[in-house]
Amino acid sequence: MSAIILFMAGIAAIVGWWLSQQRLTAKPWLEEGVIVDLREERSSPQAAKIGLGVFLAVVGSLFALFISAYSMRMTMVDWRTLPVPPLLWFNTGVLVLSSVALQWAYIAARRDDIDGVILGLLAGGASAVTFLVGQLMAWRELSVAGYFVASNPANSFFYLITAAHGLHLMGGLVALGRTIGKVWRGVEVAQVRVSVELCAIYWHFLLLVWLVLLGMLTGWTDNFVDICRQLLS
Amino acid sequence: MVDVRFDTIAGIPPAEVGEVDLYHPRSWWTRYVFSQDAKVIAVQYSITAMAIGMVALVLSWLMRLQLGFPGTFSFIDANQYLQFITMHGMIMVIYLLTALFLGGFGNYLIPLMVGARDMVFPYVNMLSYWVYLLAVLVLASTFFVPGGPTGAGWTLYPPQAILSGTPGQDGGIILMLASLILFIIGFTMGGLNYVVTVLQARTRGMTLMRMPLTVWGIFTATVMALLAFPALFVASVMLLFDRLLGTSFFMPTLVEMGELTKYGGGSPILFQHLFWFFGHPEVYIVALPAFGIISDLISTHARKNIFGYRMMVWAIVAIGALSFIVWAHHMYVSGMHPYFGFFFATTTLIIAIPTAIKVYNWVLTLWRGDIHLTIPMLFALAFIITFVNGGLTGLFLGNVVVDVPLSDTMFVVAHFHMVMGIAPIMAVFGGIYHWYPKVTGRMLNEALGQFHFWVTFLGAYAVFFPMHYLGLLGMPRRYHDIGETAFIPASAHDLNAFMSVAALIVGFAQLVFIFNLIWSLFKGREAGGNPWRATSLEWQTPETPPGHGNWGKELPIVYRWAYDYSVPGAARDFIPQNEPPAKLSAQGAHP
Ligand code: HEM
Ligand SMILES: [Cu+2]
Repeated sequence: MSAIILFMAGIAAIVGWWLSQQRLTAKPWLEEGVIVDLREERSSPQAAKIGLGVFLAVVGSLFALFISAYSMRMTMVDWRTLPVPPLLWFNTGVLVLSSVALQWAYIAARRDDIDGVILGLLAGGASAVTFLVGQLMAWRELSVAGYFVASNPANSFFYLITAAHGLHLMGGLVALGRTIGKVWRGVEVAQVRVSVELCAIYWHFLLLVWLVLLGMLTGWTDNFVDICRQLLS
Repeated sequence: MVDVRFDTIAGIPPAEVGEVDLYHPRSWWTRYVFSQDAKVIAVQYSITAMAIGMVALVLSWLMRLQLGFPGTFSFIDANQYLQFITMHGMIMVIYLLTALFLGGFGNYLIPLMVGARDMVFPYVNMLSYWVYLLAVLVLASTFFVPGGPTGAGWTLYPPQAILSGTPGQDGGIILMLASLILFIIGFTMGGLNYVVTVLQARTRGMTLMRMPLTVWGIFTATVMALLAFPALFVASVMLLFDRLLGTSFFMPTLVEMGELTKYGGGSPILFQHLFWFFGHPEVYIVALPAFGIISDLISTHARKNIFGYRMMVWAIVAIGALSFIVWAHHMYVSGMHPYFGFFFATTTLIIAIPTAIKVYNWVLTLWRGDIHLTIPMLFALAFIITFVNGGLTGLFLGNVVVDVPLSDTMFVVAHFHMVMGIAPIMAVFGGIYHWYPKVTGRMLNEALGQFHFWVTFLGAYAVFFPMHYLGLLGMPRRYHDIGETAFIPASAHDLNAFMSVAALIVGFAQLVFIFNLIWSLFKGREAGGNPWRATSLEWQTPETPPGHGNWGKELPIVYRWAYDYSVPGAARDFIPQNEPPAKLSAQGAHP
């Protein structure tokens, strides 16, 4: 459970930092009148962005829990690490491209460059779809080679975790699709700027999650985990 | 009183919102069924939760009948008994209490109490309810699938949860897991709304430290739920994989009916960790909103400001944070390392400190207050008593040496019913009697309310207080029939019969309550806008029930905290949050 505990500690740090700025030591029973609160002093981000931030915390804890479960199950005797299909490297590259494309769309949106936005969004969407197809092909390769879901816990986790990640990306594609639809129908850049930004943030987040998962599934992070274990004990 | 920035008042722009910004229902369907108005969604959530809660109540009657009069009811066999406890426990904890506190009270009260027009993402909010309804329907459907609902216990521990010895191994457990997954998805949609609305949609002047404690409780509980439910989600998905695809995440190597199963090597303990990582915070997810509601009820009905508001807020936050590092106290008997046991016993006892602070503050609020024994107040007092009672037995169980012999006895059942069954239900009832006039514009009937309160409170005590004693005798939980055993005297059987009769009477009182809810809707006394003479914003709406957009043309501006009761020198014994200080001084009351 150390992954989730670490994650929660991170969340607790953020929440604590935020709370520390909320004048929790105020004495409300003495303070009458209008108090200008933080939201007015600084220009605070839109609700949608905060909503996304909270959602990412939820998704983050979901994956942290998967990682926790993985690392606990991994120590049992029947674990046989499965070979990583080389295709995953290609997929990872595509996912990076997808993120870059959306970042580009976002920059274009800030410059009011509608063509750049369209191009970025389409490229991002296409590469994300490519990534998903690539993941499916990796599944096929594995099952053809005899690595089925139920034959070993390592396989089960591989399928489970990649599926969970893929589903989240598909959810993102729905949002992306709607944004593309809006641009298609010719709305002003200003009206999609936030949507584009949110998509880009979500994509970067999923890329980060994927990199962590990849490190775990390929065993790259094993050394790192071992070092942590030794530090702890 | 210190005046803070009087001069800024003039500079505040009227918080008007153009009509275009508001969501407008266009037809009957979008107004009452597929509504995006948080108030309607709140009522939908509450009705659904209470409807499925009635099922859980009926199940508790059946269980009590069996326990009280074993062998009399041929239609309850051992398997069914297990199915009943499972469904009863799961429905009560998740589909009733969680949904009612967060989906029901949260949806209704958050926007009104912080002075918002609605939740920030109304469409997602609507989806949240429909996904919840779907989850409830899937859950209810398990009663009708072949093999019936699962009998795995509400903890759903593998390996037994998905093996053929457990009833409901076919459809029951699959649908149960599917329903939980749906519930979590639906809740997450709602939860995002509650959190972001509190963060972002507060009206001018509504600083965090001016929010009523109800909002603090619901807000913190929602944050916890958003972070804790993923653990149940992961556990459910993995268990579903084990059941459907034959993976061995949790399933060890086993022999079933003389044959080796396809499973091997999995870790049931892993499930327990995931489950309780959710399960313990869950206790506080239903407790924190109750804490908040009780604080507000006590303050309003004792006409006194809440004692130690700041400490109350800090305690809520501290409990929320701490409750994530105590989960393994549910696993003392799972064979864990003694040092871990020690660690978790310590954190468990530490969490008692902020909890105790809250209890002291409630009592000190009551101290020399002008206590009106209204129905909400009665329920609030009952909450405190029951909660303290359950909390004390919790301190016993939090210690490894005490817990080990008592684990899986009726003592545990008595403990958690007190602390997370009866106590939160008291808060729910208190809350409903308190806010019903705002929701419907009419008061609930007082006489029926008195009846409901006394029968429920005394009856629940009659059921659960003696249960501690049965647990100390060693009577096990989740047993269909204890039969003849040396350590259980005959008198215990009489006691059991008594408790069962009490449970039936308590159940009957709930029917009276439901009748009251419906009857008062049409025949109740007109309540007016602010029948309790309360200060918080929801009582200051221009219309009752609050109209579309809650506040008419202008949003309220908040000038004070929510607890200005019996302020010396003030004209009335309460000052609404949106009453400007200037008015006070104009009346000559301001120092
Ligand atoms: C008058 C009301 C109630 C009665 C008579 C009642 C009765 C019972 C009984 C007889 C059991 C089974 C004990 C056993 O054999 O193990 C039980 C279990 C349980 N009840 Fe209640 N109950 C009531 C209300 C509640 C409420 C409001 C909650 C909400 C938290 C709740 C949560 C549970 C849970 C979680 C279990 C454990 C299920 C399991 O062992 O898997 N109950 N209840
Ligand atoms: Cu606990």
